[in-house]
Amino acid sequence: MSNTRRRAANIMHTKIIWPLTALAAILLFNLFFVPGFFHMEIKDGHLFGSLIDILNRAAPIMVIAIGMTLVIAKEGIDISVGSVLAIAGAVAISLIGVVPLWMAIGAALIVGALCGLWNGVLIAYLGIQPMVGTLILMTVGRGIAQLITEGKVLTTDSKSYGFIGKGFFLGLPFSIFIAAFVFLLVLYLKKRTALGLFLEATGTNKVSSEYAGVEPRKIYLFVYIVCGLCAAIAGLLVSSNISSADANNAGLWIELDAILAVVIGGTSMRGGRFFLAGTVIGALFIQSLTTTIYSMGVPPERIMVVKAIVVIIVSLMQSDRFRQMFQQKSKKAVIG
Amino acid sequence: MRSGDVLLKMEEVSKTFPGVKALSDVNFTLRQGEVHALMGENGAGKSTLIKVLTGVHPMDQGKVYLNGRPIVARSPLEAQHLGISTVYQEINLCTNLSVAENLYIGRLPRRRGAIDWKKMHADSEQLLRRLNLNLDVKKSLSDYSVAIQQMVAIARAVDMSSGVLILDEPTSSLDAQEVQQLFAVMRKLRDEGMGIVFVTHFLDQVYEITDRITILRNGSLVGEYETSKLSKSSLVTHMIGREWKEEDEHRKTESSYTPEVVMAAKSLTRAGSIKPVSLSVRKGEVVGLAGLLGSGRSEFANLIFGIDQADSGVMTLGAEQFQSMNPKKAIRQGIGFCPEDRKIAGIVGELTIRENIVLALQAKKGIFNYIPLKKQQEIAQRFIDLLRIKTPSMEQRIDNLSGGNQQKVILARWLATEPKLLILDEPTRGIDVGSKGEIRRLILDLAKSGLSILIISSELQEMIECADRIVVLRDRMQVGEISGGDMNEASIMKMIAEGGGTSEQYPQTGS
Ligand SMILES: Nc1ncnc2c1ncn2[C@@H]1O[C@H](COP(=O)(O)OP(=O)(O)OP(=O)(O)O)[C@@H](O)[C@H]1O
Ligand SMILES: [Mg+2]
Repeated sequence: MSNTRRRAANIMHTKIIWPLTALAAILLFNLFFVPGFFHMEIKDGHLFGSLIDILNRAAPIMVIAIGMTLVIAKEGIDISVGSVLAIAGAVAISLIGVVPLWMAIGAALIVGALCGLWNGVLIAYLGIQPMVGTLILMTVGRGIAQLITEGKVLTTDSKSYGFIGKGFFLGLPFSIFIAAFVFLLVLYLKKRTALGLFLEATGTNKVSSEYAGVEPRKIYLFVYIVCGLCAAIAGLLVSSNISSADANNAGLWIELDAILAVVIGGTSMRGGRFFLAGTVIGALFIQSLTTTIYSMGVPPERIMVVKAIVVIIVSLMQSDRFRQMFQQKSKKAVIG
Repeated sequence: MRSGDVLLKMEEVSKTFPGVKALSDVNFTLRQGEVHALMGENGAGKSTLIKVLTGVHPMDQGKVYLNGRPIVARSPLEAQHLGISTVYQEINLCTNLSVAENLYIGRLPRRRGAIDWKKMHADSEQLLRRLNLNLDVKKSLSDYSVAIQQMVAIARAVDMSSGVLILDEPTSSLDAQEVQQLFAVMRKLRDEGMGIVFVTHFLDQVYEITDRITILRNGSLVGEYETSKLSKSSLVTHMIGREWKEEDEHRKTESSYTPEVVMAAKSLTRAGSIKPVSLSVRKGEVVGLAGLLGSGRSEFANLIFGIDQADSGVMTLGAEQFQSMNPKKAIRQGIGFCPEDRKIAGIVGELTIRENIVLALQAKKGIFNYIPLKKQQEIAQRFIDLLRIKTPSMEQRIDNLSGGNQQKVILARWLATEPKLLILDEPTRGIDVGSKGEIRRLILDLAKSGLSILIISSELQEMIECADRIVVLRDRMQVGEISGGDMNEASIMKMIAEGGGTSEQYPQTGS
């Protein structure tokens, strides 16, 4: 038995090794080329420094990427998360001062879940392609957020709300604890309920799963709701961090970072097996990369290009087929 | 070159998968103008030998000669160009494309750069006529049954072949008539000088069509024999490695059912799929459903299990009546359903054997009632032992198993739910001779302990040996019932044939 467990561990190992290597590489790069990157100091009992900054900024990507992992595991995709993030932020900030804080937060989360429900119904019950189905909310969502903020950038001076995205707890940014909580919760769902099994089964072979009594549509609906909820949580983090809600720019392009984090983390876009820890590392990597590029002073117009190149390399390393091709080539080279 | 000359030679071929030595130093020789059977138990290495030959997997070691020249095929396409056409066990067709497109994919006829649809459709029809198939070639392949899909795959391979044709269990979902059509084509190709490799678990077919037999056991070569000089019992003895005698006609002797009705279907109907069927199954009873392909057997099973919804009719399970059904509800009510099409509706390829086995049980228990890993392992191990599933570990992905072993895993999945009524649609498809007997005995034992079984099998003999009663369907209609001593192949075939009225020869499945 220990044998099989070791083998299972090995598989995990190979999947998570690439995002870990990538993360290590980027940190190593910083060690040599970005002076003061690892510098950390304690101010008012809180840790400060680039690393902490990365953790803090990675939190929203992580939370969204965790939701995205579930959606991708079922062979879907959700490109509306950026818009949902903006809506949730707008809802929360516009309600602060009008209703008690917990209600504002609760409302934002409920709106996020409803957005997920909308996506889920379109995709699971009306049979619309995930990309197209979530495109609707992606485009309309910003408009909805605009309506809520009445076209302005809403701000708040609530200290308690600011704590969510800016505060420190036990010396670390509070947002990290939120991300960790989401991670553990979803991990619990995966490992201690049959959600993991059912999701991986439907993502691999929907027909077989249905014959075995799994209800794919309910699973789909559930994962889109979770993804909407995650986007809303990220919306709270982002809007709280800057104490304002910007309907146009909050969470812009975050869906791309999240999808990349998932893929780098080892989950295939074709659905099936999913790796939550891989996703978290993937998100950390993406944020480290972004921060590094900024601190290197790469001109803004080239940032996307540099990012794209690095991401392509890591994704290729994650692909079994590419690695096989590579290995065969090198083997041949040795023999020849 | 003449008939009898060596066409293809494989020497000292070895292949190892993680944890499994699938082939060790296997030699294989194919001559011109022969049909050569490749035999062995489930997991013996037959498909692997074919896959390393045709470049699906690289071989660890070994040489291949075609017409005396060494060759290496690095992909099925390369093998194809060398003149080796293959129909793999797990057919790979694009079911969302049309029949014609599937026949000509990768070699679409063109005229002035554009695809010549007219020619393609005409050629397709002609090609299929060689196999006596009359299909609407513009229709999507998914509109047709597994059997037809298999015939289409064969037609494609036959058309492209030059020299060597390999058929890995091509007849597993064909009925007797289609098998004969396939054999007619094979004989013609053989007489034209082609070498044909034929894998099957149907011994009768081996003796009917093949000239030579090569036997593998546990990845090693046992030997090559002339079919006419090898008796059935020594063939099987070589395959399983211990003495084997053809079992006596062991017709179910004692019936063990009680009067208690477990499931009663009353006039279940679905437009375009099946006309009203009424059927009840008692506790511990084994009921067979006989009929030709497309007669409505699987369609009826789909209604009971709620894969398809009945337009009218009622189903009674125990004391409860149901107008509509769905798989989850059916499982909760104690029904299990082992579907016909293993690849599409059975296995969940990326998941492990353990996960595949517990899937339906977990669905029965519900998402929050998680079966602890320990318990899952216990269940999986129990069925791996019971059904002798050949695998290095229960954590192996199911799609790494041989075809027959995959089938056993799906059986295990349903047995694990401890059903009251088990519907088995072609349960022994692709399962080797030895295991077939074991599964048959298992079915009888289960029935004795009170499980009711509804069995569908193209192998009438198998059904006769298990069933207390056989219901015959024809043209999507219930035409009669035979039970007890009246059950024999002749009486069933007669009932299938009678009933008047002709219909399209190849009705489509579904609606
Ligand atoms: N891709 C793979 N990865 C790992 N193991 C494999 C793979 N393919 C086959 N095997 C193993 O190799 C052995 C031989 O399998 P193979 O499919 O050749 O059997 P077979 O003789 O065709 O059996 P069947 O009659 O059931 O089709 C089996 O033990 C199987 O589990
Ligand atoms: Mg095989």
